[in-house]
Amino acid sequence: MKPKANLKAENYTDKFLENAAPEIDPNAMPALRVQDLSFYYGTHKVLENLSMNIPHPQITAIIGPSGCGKSTFLKALNRIGELEGKVQIKGKVEFFGQDIYSQKVNINSLRRQIGMVFQRPNPFPLSIYDNIAYGVRIFGRKSKAELDEIVESALKSAALWNEVKDDLKKSAQGISGGQQQRLCIARALAVKPKILLMDEPCSALDPISTMKIEELFQTLRQQLTVVIVTHNMQQAARVSDYTAFFNTDESRIGRLVEFGPTSKIFTSAGNSSTRDYIQGRFG
Amino acid sequence: MTNLSKTPKKKTRQSAEINTAVDLTDTSGEGLWMESGFTLFVWSFALATAGTLFLISAVIFKDAWPAISHFGLSFLWNPNWDIGELQFGALPFIYGTVISSAIGIIIALPLGLSVAIVTSENFLPVWVRSPLGFLVELISAIPSVIVGLWGIFVLIPFLLPLQQSLFDKFSWFPLFSSEPLGPGMLPAGILLSIMILPTVAAISRDVLISVPVDLRSASMSLGATRWETIFKLLLPAASSGIIGATILALGRALGETMAVTMVIGNSIQINKSLLAPSYSIPAVLASQFREALEPLHIGALMYLALILFVITLLVNAIAVLLVQLIGVKGAKN
Amino acid sequence: MTQAKKLDSILDAEINNPLSLSRTLFSRGMTVIAFALTALALLPLFAILYKILGEGLTHLSWEVLVSLPAPVGVEDQPNGFANAILGTILMVGIATLISVPIGVMTGIFLSEFGRENKVITNSIRFITVILSSVPSIVIGVFSYALIVVTTKAFSSLAGGFALGIIMLPVVALTTEQALKLVPTSYRLASAALGGGRFQTMFRTIVPSALPTITTGILLAASRAAGETAPLIVTALSSQFWPPLIDKLGEIMQSPIGAETISKLKEIPETLLTPTPSMSVLIYSYASSPYKEQNELAWTAASVLLGMVLIASVASRTVTRKRLQNR
Repeated sequence: MKPKANLKAENYTDKFLENAAPEIDPNAMPALRVQDLSFYYGTHKVLENLSMNIPHPQITAIIGPSGCGKSTFLKALNRIGELEGKVQIKGKVEFFGQDIYSQKVNINSLRRQIGMVFQRPNPFPLSIYDNIAYGVRIFGRKSKAELDEIVESALKSAALWNEVKDDLKKSAQGISGGQQQRLCIARALAVKPKILLMDEPCSALDPISTMKIEELFQTLRQQLTVVIVTHNMQQAARVSDYTAFFNTDESRIGRLVEFGPTSKIFTSAGNSSTRDYIQGRFG
Repeated sequence: MTNLSKTPKKKTRQSAEINTAVDLTDTSGEGLWMESGFTLFVWSFALATAGTLFLISAVIFKDAWPAISHFGLSFLWNPNWDIGELQFGALPFIYGTVISSAIGIIIALPLGLSVAIVTSENFLPVWVRSPLGFLVELISAIPSVIVGLWGIFVLIPFLLPLQQSLFDKFSWFPLFSSEPLGPGMLPAGILLSIMILPTVAAISRDVLISVPVDLRSASMSLGATRWETIFKLLLPAASSGIIGATILALGRALGETMAVTMVIGNSIQINKSLLAPSYSIPAVLASQFREALEPLHIGALMYLALILFVITLLVNAIAVLLVQLIGVKGAKN
Repeated sequence: MTQAKKLDSILDAEINNPLSLSRTLFSRGMTVIAFALTALALLPLFAILYKILGEGLTHLSWEVLVSLPAPVGVEDQPNGFANAILGTILMVGIATLISVPIGVMTGIFLSEFGRENKVITNSIRFITVILSSVPSIVIGVFSYALIVVTTKAFSSLAGGFALGIIMLPVVALTTEQALKLVPTSYRLASAALGGGRFQTMFRTIVPSALPTITTGILLAASRAAGETAPLIVTALSSQFWPPLIDKLGEIMQSPIGAETISKLKEIPETLLTPTPSMSVLIYSYASSPYKEQNELAWTAASVLLGMVLIASVASRTVTRKRLQNR
């Protein structure tokens, strides 16, 4: 197996490829249009000149070595990064045509539309039912019947319903790690976001739980856009329609190297760094 | 290489099916009022808390002003306090406050350090150290007035024979040159030491524990005994923290009211003897304030309160900054 | 051969040589001194507890807990300090009402709003710590100047206010600590679902930290209950029931109606009278020339100490458990 090549970043930012997979209507609005995004925590630059169009409703995987800003990029998309430090950006991110960093944006509405599942499952110290209902309750009162329905459908979308339906009042912290992560997915889905961001959702789970979550993607891809950061190349190849390859160099600044349909990236990537990375991790 | 050929993808999906018309700038209704209201409340209450300190300074200064303008700075070294003649001076109280606190520190420091060393080094098994530390801290939970009660009925009678023999044998020595009456500077100093000891012990213990284990190992592996390590290495390394603890304890001693009031004897006479009764600023405030009628009397008392406030403010500010700085340095290490 | 033997004997001598006498004496001596001083440090605690249990419990009886003080020397009237117990509860109650909302919000500020405004947060925190070290007599004098002078009365309101200021920094700082113990992942998860700050705080973070916050408040309240100096100059003391109790008794006994409203309106002024308290009682009975009062001082001390110690130990156990569970 080839050692992981010492990848030098080329300042190669890719525009949305014209010869993209024919399944997508090129005139359709991308779920997220990222234009020349540079991202800073304070004065520390973390991402530089990123441009990509994330199509809808597809599953886009983001791969790359550790520390190249993949998670940070994700957090820039739903503006969660702002909770972790002073954020400054250059460039633009558009959610179905609307600039998400504009002053007029209601950040809570934005986050409702762009859901997120984290690396380590983080259910609230509440019952399973209340975890799912949490997001829904924030946005207004619903009758018990409505809530019951929403909880059930969310749990079904996350393939967790059968396992917990008998005891929804059970504490969410009492179920297994894999179940907790599916709970977090259900929780995020309950508020019906258009986009779901997933930050290495399976990295803390065992292979069986991972498999169960990957099975979810078949149903998810019909409903919404998914952007998933993953270290697991096989997972990216199995599950995604599009793949983005991020990389970094001595400067520790993350850059987008290449973006395209998964099949193309994995078999005949345009960029040599991408090819090296894929072959090194994958051959 | 894994087989990447998937089942033929579905035909073009009409993204128009999925309703993407969402207005992110929609700020109607739910929660927005709550959010701004919440932020407003939190900010104003936090500022109110901080503002309380300034309010206290302002009010006390304002009420002390009649006395300040009347007596000026000479108040600080005037030894007279005559309510009838409206002659007021702070010296007896400053003297008593300072000396009694000094006695308190002199006694509390070695005792507190001993407790800190015994509960941080491995002289005792681990399961004894924690409860021991806990017991010492329990002392600080005892209300001052109860310590004073014990002082009146237990400590003073206990000390009297001791004080008497000190007077009988060493009355040539200025510190023991007066006939002991029971209450006085010495019992007050001892009570103060009891009350501030937990502060010295707890903080010193934390500082000692935070000295890296490697230093201890290095010293021991060179052949030093435990105590040599403690004196030559650990105490110097922890010295700034211990000083911070001592200053903090001093701040507490200066402001301590009830225990001192009940045993110090409430005498305005300044006497270099430790066996003589004395007075402190908190004590005179506690005993004279509610019955003071003359505006100048009240003003003088307020002036005293101001002096106490300023002194404790400075001492505690220095202590807090010192302990915080140690924390930063320790974290960096 | 001899070389090796020589080396051996040198090493032998080095290792097996005992420490010099002076070093050994120093070592042993210091250990003895350290232990002696530690025992001496603990002595007052046990002496005080022993005395209180001995003296205080002998006169502790139901009568003492429910009766008003009888005039000195009178034998056949029940003697007690029930009014002082109620007075302490009343004023600590007022103090809690004042300090908890402000203190908890300040704690929330220090913990949650701290990241964006480091300088302001550190300043406010510093000022709060300083506030907690202001001598209680100074706070009493402040309350006097602010409330007693303006309302022209020594009162439970002034006393409760002073106690409230004493409780305030403690509540704020322990709330901040409690909130910081809650894992950040909850905040992120809530925000990712679209929860604003208010929602996140009150649906997740505060409920999670509530046990610790409550014990912090309990600790502050028990400290306030033991304070004497501020009450001496604000609430004085009294031989009678706090008027609030009388008023409440009236309201409960009369039938509900229009009268109730007018009686409720009279409640605020019941707070404007001198009020007894346990701590002031101990102080005045301790300095009294009458033996029965001295004895009662010990009894009151045992009750007060019991309350304070229970609160202390309880809060410590809860906090330790929470720290272990993380």
